[in-house]
Amino acid sequence: MFKSAGVKTLFMTPFCLWAGIFIFVPLLCMIWYGLTNDDEIFTPANLTLAFEPPYFKALLLSIGLALVSTIICLLLAYPLCLILTDKARDLSTAVSLLFILPLWMNSLLLTMAWQTILEKNGIINQVLRYFNLPDVALINTPTAIIIGMVYNFLPYMVLPLYVSLSKIDKRIIEAARDLGASYMQTFWKVILPLSLPGAAGGMTMVFIPALTTFVISALLGGGKLLLIGNVIEQEFIAGYNWHWGAGLSMVLMIFILINMAVTIFFDNSHEEVEEK
Amino acid sequence: MIVRLKFVYLAAIFLFLYAPIGVLMAQSFNESRYRGHWTGFTFKWYDSLFENEQIFDALQNTVSIGIFSAGIATIIALITCVALREFGKKPRAIFMGVANIPILNADIVTGISLMLLFMGMGLKLGYGTILLAHIVFNVPYVMLCIMPQFMSLDKSFYEAALDLGASPFQAFVKVILPELRPGIFAGFLLAFTMSADDFIITHFTKGAGVDTLPTEIYAELKLGIHPEMYALSTLVFFFVVIFVILFTMARKRLADKEVF
Repeated sequence: MFKSAGVKTLFMTPFCLWAGIFIFVPLLCMIWYGLTNDDEIFTPANLTLAFEPPYFKALLLSIGLALVSTIICLLLAYPLCLILTDKARDLSTAVSLLFILPLWMNSLLLTMAWQTILEKNGIINQVLRYFNLPDVALINTPTAIIIGMVYNFLPYMVLPLYVSLSKIDKRIIEAARDLGASYMQTFWKVILPLSLPGAAGGMTMVFIPALTTFVISALLGGGKLLLIGNVIEQEFIAGYNWHWGAGLSMVLMIFILINMAVTIFFDNSHEEVEEK
Repeated sequence: MIVRLKFVYLAAIFLFLYAPIGVLMAQSFNESRYRGHWTGFTFKWYDSLFENEQIFDALQNTVSIGIFSAGIATIIALITCVALREFGKKPRAIFMGVANIPILNADIVTGISLMLLFMGMGLKLGYGTILLAHIVFNVPYVMLCIMPQFMSLDKSFYEAALDLGASPFQAFVKVILPELRPGIFAGFLLAFTMSADDFIITHFTKGAGVDTLPTEIYAELKLGIHPEMYALSTLVFFFVVIFVILFTMARKRLADKEVF
């Protein structure tokens, strides 16, 4: 747009300052804390801490719950997005708006409302009692945490999936049908492969916040089910040991880096479309 | 049959999405200040909402941090996108990758690492550090909204403006900016929303005595939430519904006009 390279450099300065000071330096601070102890001596002890019983249990529970909620989000979002892309445009806008509206509500309060729904004398149990059915114990169980995760992170799955499904050329689907493919065949051989980038994007977007949350487990797990996020938060906020907290965060970073790699891998495909 | 199945599925999903919102609204009209005990209908929480200074302070902080952080992030993102357009495909992809780190990273890691930075710099944790942190994570969201529009922009209009004697600045303001307006608007709105709803990063970068709405709610969780909070949320919800309806109608009118 402009010829001189000087202007280009000048315009990149705020970004580079921003990225340098607020992305890389903080991460270095964290690595410094994670690799040292109170006497500022280098030690891997904070990292191997993740494999000691209470912490390892929290880590495994976090991974397990995050995986289950990611899969549930995918299974819920897929039919939803198929229905949304199929609908007439006007109706689809209205439905998408209805879907986005809850995002403007405070997620803490909404998670709190799930407490009211799931608890011992909560709405679900009241309804069950009305029909003379036995109570279900939901609150403070892993199930409650999974419900909270799915509720909070479902939009992160729906948005990328919806985008990649709506990008599929309708003529390709029609061609498959014309050539004699059944609806199921068209789905497995055409729609599903073309929507993979969206599904992969959605899965990475759900998995990381689910893996690292400490709010949902604090509200719906009753403080008994500790996730790795709760452990890290306590190390910092309750002031136990920042070095331990930073070390455990670095262990989380390994999962985040794997996720970023997956995202970048699937992201390459649409770069060419953007170019004009 | 399939149509009915689709309808049932959509209805089930919306029940799941809106059930907690319904509960929240019901609580805002509940006489009792305790969750899950319905003792009668009342408007009193809406009355006392306007006298609750704690909530008012938190609301003020949330709105001002939202506007400032979204505004500053939009300016940084816009300048960066102007420069990025001139880069080749490879370096641009690398810069965008760097920009996306705060989005892809876990909030807890971003929050903790920023806290360590602020403490290391000797900054006092408070309003300023929350604002800085929010600018940090808002920049990539705005860039994501502006960049695709910027890339698909037709360069020849800009060049035509230059040929007709406009200075580069004039050409940018008169030709490029109007084209980018939807992206800038969407980016600002997204950034504001992200800022207003952020809890985790604020939790780590805030100091004692300064609260935004999410951290105020979190602090109240243990002792029981002030029902005024439910009243405020209900008001915000209806405000957003009205805004969205007006916005969609305005956009539709605009689209209809363009057709004829």
